[in-house]
Amino acid sequence: MRAIVIATLCSTALKFTAISAVLLFLAACQTTPEDQNASTAKVEDRKPGAKPGAQPVERPKIAAVDVTQGKKDAASALKDPGSILSKRQIYFDYDKFDVKDEYRPLVEAHARYLRENPNAKMLIQGNADERGSREYNVALGQRRSDNVKKMLMLLGAREAQVESVSLGEEKPMCAEHSEECWAKNRRGDLLYGGEY
Amino acid sequence: MVVRTIRLLLGATLLLTALSAAAQLSIEITGAGAQRIPVAVVPFAGEQALGANSLTAIVRADLERSGLFRGLEVPPLSPLPNENSPVNYGEWRSRLADALVVGSIAPDKEGRMEARFRLYDVVKQAALGGMSLTFSKDNLRSAAHRLSDFVYEKLTGEKGVFSTLIAYVVKRGSVYELQIADADGERSQYLLRSNEPIISPVWSPDGKRIAYVSFESKKPVVYVHHLSENKRQVVASFKGSNSAPAWSPDGKTIAVVLSVEGGSQIYLINSDGSGPRRRIGTSSAIDTEPRYSTDGKFIYFTSDRGGSPQIYRMPSTGGEAQRVTFEGSYNVTPRPSPDGRVLAYVTRNGGKFQVALLDLSNRQVQVITDSDRDESPSYAPNGRMILLATVIGGRGVLSAVSSDGRIKQRLPYAGGDVREPAWGPFLE
Repeated sequence: MRAIVIATLCSTALKFTAISAVLLFLAACQTTPEDQNASTAKVEDRKPGAKPGAQPVERPKIAAVDVTQGKKDAASALKDPGSILSKRQIYFDYDKFDVKDEYRPLVEAHARYLRENPNAKMLIQGNADERGSREYNVALGQRRSDNVKKMLMLLGAREAQVESVSLGEEKPMCAEHSEECWAKNRRGDLLYGGEY
Repeated sequence: MVVRTIRLLLGATLLLTALSAAAQLSIEITGAGAQRIPVAVVPFAGEQALGANSLTAIVRADLERSGLFRGLEVPPLSPLPNENSPVNYGEWRSRLADALVVGSIAPDKEGRMEARFRLYDVVKQAALGGMSLTFSKDNLRSAAHRLSDFVYEKLTGEKGVFSTLIAYVVKRGSVYELQIADADGERSQYLLRSNEPIISPVWSPDGKRIAYVSFESKKPVVYVHHLSENKRQVVASFKGSNSAPAWSPDGKTIAVVLSVEGGSQIYLINSDGSGPRRRIGTSSAIDTEPRYSTDGKFIYFTSDRGGSPQIYRMPSTGGEAQRVTFEGSYNVTPRPSPDGRVLAYVTRNGGKFQVALLDLSNRQVQVITDSDRDESPSYAPNGRMILLATVIGGRGVLSAVSSDGRIKQRLPYAGGDVREPAWGPFLE
């Protein structure tokens, strides 16, 4: 049965899907010879249990795989306001660089996404408030983004997927010169490939 | 030779020209011993033909801006003396002039201008030399600055910086421009315009290139821009952040701060972008803002290895670091003076960020600015003035302070938020 399903999929899929998807299916098709033997044996095994004289007529089951849909689902979660994956900001205390406990679920969710989507890439932009030297603030923002990256990697993201950088004090979210505003600017922003 | 009598006549037009040029400058001179040399810069014969953009008005403004000279008001003379006219020293002495500049301008055969002038020491009754300059009308300001440099050097014994250039960043709305201007802030033009921030411009020792950090690829990347070739190249774009470039005195190496191996650490790269990076710092703390010492033997830098940001120095090939600043809990942005004797830096002083000078021989510290948000000090190549960014009325502006703290001035407003000044070297 499985062999037939795969074969059907392979032949139709080859005609209609995009090149990347074809490559995926080709990988599946390569394993066909072994699977074919296995399922042939299974069909033989079933025969003794069938009614003598009556041939069962059964259309092979089609197990539809919609790759494009599946991909879309994962990516759309990144933008779905209901998903934790749409939360991309991590705020830091003054002169502090550790990821606060309240952001742990957020970082865990993104780490899981990166694990489950090995082709996904992330840029973490660290930021600092405006006080002090611009270059020193680049270094402070870097320490923040590095800490987010470390945490993502401890949770299973791979080095090649994550880049941590700093924008220093150069891209404030809030322009006033107050503690309330500075708190919004001590921030790490998580961006996925295609978003920057 | 017949001594011609100089007739002094009052005329409103020329006087107004000179005054309006001076009014753009905001100079504040404080402290004792603020004695300025009185100089009479006589309008050059034939200068009216150049229009309102008077050469001698620019010279006078240059000299005044240095804080070392007082430009005497010269009533219009008729006829105007030129570089060959005999000098009535008694007349100029009675007008309290210590020095006198006279000259003439005439168009040459190719339609360019030729200015000739002579400088006199009125007190000693001696000629101090002269010069002849040819220039197109577009380069009138360059000619004026050259003339000012000549006068400055003859009268003070130090090289003038009027012909040097400055670089700075202007933010207008969401557009950032790296601009180049004359040292007086005039004739600005942009070198790079971007929708993303630009920081840390720094001139190569030969003045032909500027290294800077641009965020145009959504992260800090170090570029070297060739001024006259309109060409730029990426010299540091490693994974992570690339920032804080500093040229070695020979112009071959750039110290940069990279996060490629985690944290912010100092590396050396070739200024032409070739070859591998060499890490010279090995701390687990932040090390940033490298600057070569004037002799090239050391690199000063900011580090928080001791718990708060302080300035350290290490051999420029790497090695053990020594702490340099001890007073206060926030000392950043080291800038060695051109003679190597003083270190300018930014210190936090009761919540205010101000420029301080550390005398490297006797360890004395002097805070020389008094506003709240002074940053990015940059020495003039003769060490006399320090250009810096400050915030006045919520807007970034450039100001300059003399290295003894007595003379403070604000550069003409360039529009937008101005920051990240870098004073260029002497040009050949």
